[in-house]
Amino acid sequence: MSKRGLELYVHIPFCVRKCAYCDFLSGPADDQTKRAYADALVREMRSVKEKYSNYRVDTVFLGGGTPSILEGDETARIFHALSEDFDISPDAEITMEVNPGTVSAEKAETWKACGVNRLSIGLQSADDGELKMLGRIHTFGQFLETWEIIRRAGFDNVNIDLISALPGQTAESWAKTLHTAAELGPEHISAYSLIVEEGTPFYEIYGEPEQGVQARSAAGQGRVLPPLPDEDEERGIYQATKEILDRYGYHRYEISNYAKEGYECRHNLGYWERKEYLGLGLGAASLVRERRFHNTADMEKYMGIFGEAKGGISDPASGEGAAEDFEELTLNDRMEEFIFLGLRKMEGISEQDFRRIFGKEIRQIYKDQIKKLTEQGLLAGAEGRIFLTERGIDISNYVFSEFIF
Amino acid sequence: MIISGVAPELGGIKLAVIDQSKIRNFCIIAHIDHGKSTLADRIIEMTGLLTDREMQAQVLDNMELERERGITIKAQAVRTIYKADDGEEYMFNLIDTPGHVDFNYEVSRSLAACDGAILVVDAAQGVEAQTLANVYLALDHDLDVMPVINKIDLPSADPERVKEEIEDVIGLDAEDAPLISAKTGLNVHEVLEQIVEKIPAPAGDPDAPLKALIFDSKYDSYKGVIVFCRIKEGTVRKGTPMLMMATGARADVVEVGTFGAGQFIPCDELSAGMVGYITASLKNVKETRVGDTITNADHPCDEPLPGYKKVNPMVYCGLYPADGAKYPDLRDALEKLQLNDAALQFEAETSVALGFGFRCGFLGLLHLEIIQERLEREYNLDLVTTAPSVIYKIHKTDGEVIDLTNPTNMPDPSEIDYMEEPMVKAEIMVTSEYIGAIMDLCQERRGIYQSMEYIEEKRAVLHYHLPLNEIIYDFFDALKSRSRGYASFDYEMLGYQRSELVKLDILINKEEVDALSFIVFAGSAYERGRKMCEKLKQEIPRQLFEIPIQAAIGSKIIARETVKAMRKDVLAKCYGGDISRKKKLLEKQKEGKKRMRQVGNVEIPQKAFMSVLKLDDD
Repeated sequence: MSKRGLELYVHIPFCVRKCAYCDFLSGPADDQTKRAYADALVREMRSVKEKYSNYRVDTVFLGGGTPSILEGDETARIFHALSEDFDISPDAEITMEVNPGTVSAEKAETWKACGVNRLSIGLQSADDGELKMLGRIHTFGQFLETWEIIRRAGFDNVNIDLISALPGQTAESWAKTLHTAAELGPEHISAYSLIVEEGTPFYEIYGEPEQGVQARSAAGQGRVLPPLPDEDEERGIYQATKEILDRYGYHRYEISNYAKEGYECRHNLGYWERKEYLGLGLGAASLVRERRFHNTADMEKYMGIFGEAKGGISDPASGEGAAEDFEELTLNDRMEEFIFLGLRKMEGISEQDFRRIFGKEIRQIYKDQIKKLTEQGLLAGAEGRIFLTERGIDISNYVFSEFIF
Repeated sequence: MIISGVAPELGGIKLAVIDQSKIRNFCIIAHIDHGKSTLADRIIEMTGLLTDREMQAQVLDNMELERERGITIKAQAVRTIYKADDGEEYMFNLIDTPGHVDFNYEVSRSLAACDGAILVVDAAQGVEAQTLANVYLALDHDLDVMPVINKIDLPSADPERVKEEIEDVIGLDAEDAPLISAKTGLNVHEVLEQIVEKIPAPAGDPDAPLKALIFDSKYDSYKGVIVFCRIKEGTVRKGTPMLMMATGARADVVEVGTFGAGQFIPCDELSAGMVGYITASLKNVKETRVGDTITNADHPCDEPLPGYKKVNPMVYCGLYPADGAKYPDLRDALEKLQLNDAALQFEAETSVALGFGFRCGFLGLLHLEIIQERLEREYNLDLVTTAPSVIYKIHKTDGEVIDLTNPTNMPDPSEIDYMEEPMVKAEIMVTSEYIGAIMDLCQERRGIYQSMEYIEEKRAVLHYHLPLNEIIYDFFDALKSRSRGYASFDYEMLGYQRSELVKLDILINKEEVDALSFIVFAGSAYERGRKMCEKLKQEIPRQLFEIPIQAAIGSKIIARETVKAMRKDVLAKCYGGDISRKKKLLEKQKEGKKRMRQVGNVEIPQKAFMSVLKLDDD
């Protein structure tokens, strides 16, 4: 009997310093904390291994934070435990996030030896001024050094993360970043646009976005930063992305993701295709057997469960470990997710898949929505698939929310 | 005179038989925030009828809303027993009066139920416009007014100045006025003694034909209507056949009693001089209007007590359920509120933009806001409110005169000879440095200056005639902000005056939105139209296409704004598999859409209909 497929996400909640825009679960920590956390992760894996013995792991993603901040031996311990406790497919995609300033040739060798076959490197901008403003710890020059190290170590599937719509950014400076990154020839480029999230220093400065307008002046708000790009500027920035990356042979396969043929990120695609995934570590989210849940985001609580003092929990296999907020997905939830996650992919969703999974006709169940959105020029259909139009991509949230009940 | 009856055990005090000379019926009058409710609490507390546990802060304001806003909405009454320094026990009937100009009539009826009044004046703020208005009202009812100076524990307290002010401005002897802190209880004992000493005992013959004044009534689902009354003459007991002299309603008395703190204490009878309640199986407060006289149907008195009038709504607006399916719920809720609020009126209406709803009439803007909040809180309804309107008189060319309460019903201008609008007489008390700013405000609101007098070196009273429609929106707010809170304001109705008025329509994406139409003075139409458009531009979220917002008088467009088309709405960052969070965002967005009203092909948020009510941007 063949095993079920599973994706693993492992969260490393540490970084050198929190960036001004970042609302991820991450922060600086001392060596002792990091080491204790790595130990706890290993214990968590051990505690769930029985539950997932019927799964074969297709992708692993070590995300953060800055996972590359861990010492080589700590990373090795995590991967070693992973391979002991889970059945990892020989052709699994194993990604690790790294950031300039935390990478050395030795570490890169170790990762390679651990089986990591894909790296995602956070560049964000090729402009030193913009990097400084974002609160990044590195310059473009330091990024290049990291780039050299990982290429020399033999990593041939690498993503570069970029952020557009930065304060003071123009279409020109963004185009320069895109050209610079694309000329290096990474296999994959993620281009997100900045979202000012609550609880970040940027939020203090820029506040809640007015409806649809990002252009706000930051003058007189303490820290003097340029305003966010105005609407027209942002539109220029947005359009430039696809055009420029297209020229370098990157095709857009998801709203914010571009890849050379065959280098699409399988792990992220899994999220959009509703594959089962298990999150390990602080705050990590999971989808298992049509149930969503996530680990506690409270470090003390997490360490209380998996930390050394506890030595694991009494009956780890039957307990819920650090998981909480269980949400059983109803048929309706699943259909909604199928649509709003699937539509993030440029190829959209397949009517036949919908029929196969739910035993219903998508064009019947969402007749009104599909009709309205198609008339509004936001959705299109061809060859049994439904997908976003260019305009639909621009305002995808609007499109998705139409499918929510 | 001896009042026989039960002598219930109350708070450990055995009530002996109390004769009429030992009764004190009084109220407390004050400007808002001068400490009326706090003093009432202390009096109740110090007369020993309540244990500390029963003593919720501000006992008399027992609606949740009243406590939050610090305003008394409905009259309340409480009976306490005070053992005075002379060794005698006195029965105090404290009648709490509503504290807002919207409820002026109720105030006057509550005062008529009293023999005296305690005037509370803030030791720092001194005499305010409302203080004056209330004192005059009390003096009109021949009440003995006894001043008390409160908040003397404040660092800014200046009791000597305030005493002078009371003497100079009001003309009351303030020499013996107790200097108190109702908050701490300081010198409140002196107030109690002065109540005994200075407030006259009631008069009235218990054997005369029954004559009782209704000063409030409320509906109780078990007892039916409970009438709050002051017996002026005669005696009422179980079985007495009652006749309400103005409404003509009749019923036999089921129960009579007095007011404990937060509870009704039944007794055998109420006789001349007493304050208490009567129940009879009446189903609607409309039959027991405030100010009406109750008499014995078998032995009626010659004439009713003076002063009754039927209060009529002054301000109208449309109330619509946010969710159209809740229309029957809204009707039920309004019917229930009306059981207790004879001044509230409503009738069904429909709007193209808002669907089925009700045109409701209120005593004033505060009354409107209170009803709206009660509907939302107590009945859990989400409401959309249209711009409040006063009653305009339209004189048509064919001689017909119509009362216009809904702008949508305005006839074609060609059929109108002329229009009239209601005016008020306003008194604004303000410190001298803000006189200019307040005069400017009155000027902008089409006020007609009457006179000004200085009540002391630094404070003056301004007298203006103002159109009612200029003060129902945000006049209070503007007054407060332009005087830094130092101005106080009171008004009374003056009558109707001819005026140049036009109907201003709002077009969204070229379609007229009936719920946004309103009547405005022709000279202000341009400005108001412009502000409305600006405000709506902020409130209407971007949609797939560009949306023009226009203000028009008839077919003439006088202002325009544009809501640009939606540009970008993307959740770019989505990884680590945290789908639940993304979904919550989408759900929130969807929820927002549900709160929209579809007008033509434009979605208008419900709050846009209300945000246009507050246009003063000073």
